[in-house]
Amino acid sequence: MSNDAEVLAEVQPIIDGDQFQNKTIFGFWVYLMTDLVLFASLFATFAVLHNNTAGGPGGAELFKLPYVLIETILLLTSSFSAGLGQLAARRRDKTQVLIWFGITFVLGAAFLGLELHEFSNLAAEGHSWARSGFLSAFFTLVGTHGAHIASGLIWMALLLVRVAQKGVTPRMIKRLSLLSLFWHMLDVVWIFIFTIVYLLGVL
Amino acid sequence: MFGRLNFEALVHDPITMGGIVGAALAILAIIFFLTYFKKWTWLYKEWLTSLDPKKIGVMYILAATVMLLRGLADAVMMRVQQATSVGSHQGIVSADTFQQVFSAHGTIMIFFVAMGFMFGILNLIVPLQIGARDVAFPFMNSASFWLYIAGALLVNLSLAVGEFSAAGWLAYPPLSELAYSPGVGVDYWIWSLQIAGIGSLLSGVNFLVTIIKMRAPGMTMMKMPIFVWSVLGAMSLVAFAFPILTATLGMLGLDRLMGMHFFTSTLGGNPMMYVNLIWAWGHPEVYILILPAFGIFSELVATFSGKRLFGYKSMVIALMSITILSFLVWLHHFFTMGAGVDVNTFFGIMTMIIAVPTGVKVFNWLFTMYRGRIRFTTPMLWFLGFVTTFTIGGMTGVLMSLPAVDFQVHNSLFLVAHFHNVIIGGVLFGYFAGLSYWFPKITGFRLNEKLGKIAFWCWLIGFLLAFLPLYALGMMGATRRLDHYDASQGWQWLFIIAAVGVVVICAGVAFQVLQLVVSVLQRKSRLDLTGDTWNGRTLEWSVSSPAPEYNFAIIPTVSERDAFWVQKQALAAADPNAKPAKPNYLPIHMPKNTGLGMVIAGFAFLVGFGLIWHIWWLAIIGFVGIVVTLVVRSLDEDTEHVIPVSEIIELETKFAEARSQA
Repeated sequence: MSNDAEVLAEVQPIIDGDQFQNKTIFGFWVYLMTDLVLFASLFATFAVLHNNTAGGPGGAELFKLPYVLIETILLLTSSFSAGLGQLAARRRDKTQVLIWFGITFVLGAAFLGLELHEFSNLAAEGHSWARSGFLSAFFTLVGTHGAHIASGLIWMALLLVRVAQKGVTPRMIKRLSLLSLFWHMLDVVWIFIFTIVYLLGVL
Repeated sequence: MFGRLNFEALVHDPITMGGIVGAALAILAIIFFLTYFKKWTWLYKEWLTSLDPKKIGVMYILAATVMLLRGLADAVMMRVQQATSVGSHQGIVSADTFQQVFSAHGTIMIFFVAMGFMFGILNLIVPLQIGARDVAFPFMNSASFWLYIAGALLVNLSLAVGEFSAAGWLAYPPLSELAYSPGVGVDYWIWSLQIAGIGSLLSGVNFLVTIIKMRAPGMTMMKMPIFVWSVLGAMSLVAFAFPILTATLGMLGLDRLMGMHFFTSTLGGNPMMYVNLIWAWGHPEVYILILPAFGIFSELVATFSGKRLFGYKSMVIALMSITILSFLVWLHHFFTMGAGVDVNTFFGIMTMIIAVPTGVKVFNWLFTMYRGRIRFTTPMLWFLGFVTTFTIGGMTGVLMSLPAVDFQVHNSLFLVAHFHNVIIGGVLFGYFAGLSYWFPKITGFRLNEKLGKIAFWCWLIGFLLAFLPLYALGMMGATRRLDHYDASQGWQWLFIIAAVGVVVICAGVAFQVLQLVVSVLQRKSRLDLTGDTWNGRTLEWSVSSPAPEYNFAIIPTVSERDAFWVQKQALAAADPNAKPAKPNYLPIHMPKNTGLGMVIAGFAFLVGFGLIWHIWWLAIIGFVGIVVTLVVRSLDEDTEHVIPVSEIIELETKFAEARSQA
């Protein structure tokens, strides 16, 4: 699109809440579905391999639920602040966009930090991905989610710099909408990881 | 510094060296040609950086053709080996090379030939058939194409630098694990497919959105051309199946790179998990390839019978049933896993059920021909060849859907004959039919029919000679992938017939090349001025051949199926003296060319090469490069150019004059 007015016309349905009118948003939903299939394959693999500990430790010995609960709360809160940021974007309120997505970024980064800390602890104790089929599946499934969070954070940082420079242009409304969708999807995936990997692993 | 890469990687046996020298000479010849005729700028500006799906489609088809020749060379080597390597004779290649040859043959034919032809035809025809000017995401489309090229380059590079996988086209573990395949071959296989596969996945999303969101006004789902329906089914399958491939290749890669234990035979790995996952992608994949071929046949059988397609609704239902069922049959590829009677029975029955919608389609095509005014053109010959061979192939498939029978013929040449019967007789004949049918639309001139027909007969006869003996051999107990067998088996004469068959197929390919060359030379006398070469029925025939960059000067409004046929009928019935309303042209926005898709694929190639040879810094550079390129692209807000009304009027007037004179 060549100018702001045309982009605004294209973005108007997003602001009005009828997202599928917009082909980029629709395409992004399709992409998110494909990403969920990718996660589904990893979940299926984890389900098959979760007892294959090869004499090594299982979930009950390795996972600390309170720690994972903190991670979960951080990520769920970040989804909420991303939602508030998205509402601010529709109002084209630059300050609030920066505040709410800024909070989202901090929460997301804290989540990622905790996850990396957990990973490095496990590896340091000798429970690395090379130990057993179960740990390979665990690191890959949770790590793939973490890699998605990391790319979401990079994307968010770039968009925030852009918003700070140019304000909430129609193009930015569209991009922030896509980012929010991505972020919420990762939240949903995390709920499944929390339930299937950690809760079922410990209980 | 260079990981596992050293000069030993460049040393090969004589046959491979011959292939490398041949390929190098071909590349040098092309470089010389481009430099001598000063065509580099033209190539870069008009083709490599183009976001026009029509040009991307042509590039897909050219690349797929090159890969077809490579895959065919592998096929010839296999046939010669099996015809000669009997008893005390050792054949032409070593066992190890032979394994690389059949692995490369399968990989290339499915991922780079069939997928290449498919996405080429999709790019060329889907926007035109739905009355759109472009695909939904033109830049992503270009990136997808270049990722496909990057994957193809990696496969071919393995010929010269290192080796290719010797673990079969699907690289079953534990054979494909580091313990049993320590070389770079499997890594080449993993990363070339990973890169090309991500390109295919993005293309799938792109065409899905294009079909759902960009149809001309009035073209409801049930008024779409049947080819578009078939593509919709295939692209839904791409969106659901290719992520499984990405995950599976990723896990095998992690096993090999980071010492994980997904599919190893030790420390809790589960090789059968891989086999399940790869076929959960692999079975939908064969339907991804065949559905568009079904669509092509449906289009041309209606055109060349001069009738509407028989049973449009049942065709749509059949296509969609196949789309869904294709996800419920993957286990029939390994009944011998030992999953038990219940599981095998379920998958056996689901497999048989797929034959029902397929049968519906065959009868629909036959009824479309019934009492039609049939024109036996080259595309129609491909169709007739398809109906007969594909039906045979389908029936041998139903035979193998019975687990008890499958236990007998599992991994035998009977299976090899079966899937070549459906993939050559179905997919390849389908794309050849599509290419000869739409060739005038793509290039603006018609192909030489006579040479095309000779090529068809060579292909059909060669195919039957090459693969019918394999059914018999399979029944006699010959397993697939044999590099040597004992003379007392009494198999050799059948293998020799099969080798003769592949020679006849080669003659068919030679006639296809000749047809192309002769048609290009005669193009002045073969011009398609009307844009409607075959008295067609769908919208792509309503514009000039080749179509202008913007496809439609004014987006058509659709009221019926076979939209262009209806337009022509209305025009014929209209008062000839009435003046047509003057069209009101508006400036058209089209995407600007960009080389960034190519840049992304270039970096992806570096990532792949780095991971294959354990050159970590190269992989990191490639990865960072991709991210930076994406950011650069997202900062560019001026991505469109405008075609002014004057240019549209000029082009449309020229077409109208040419059409009235033709």
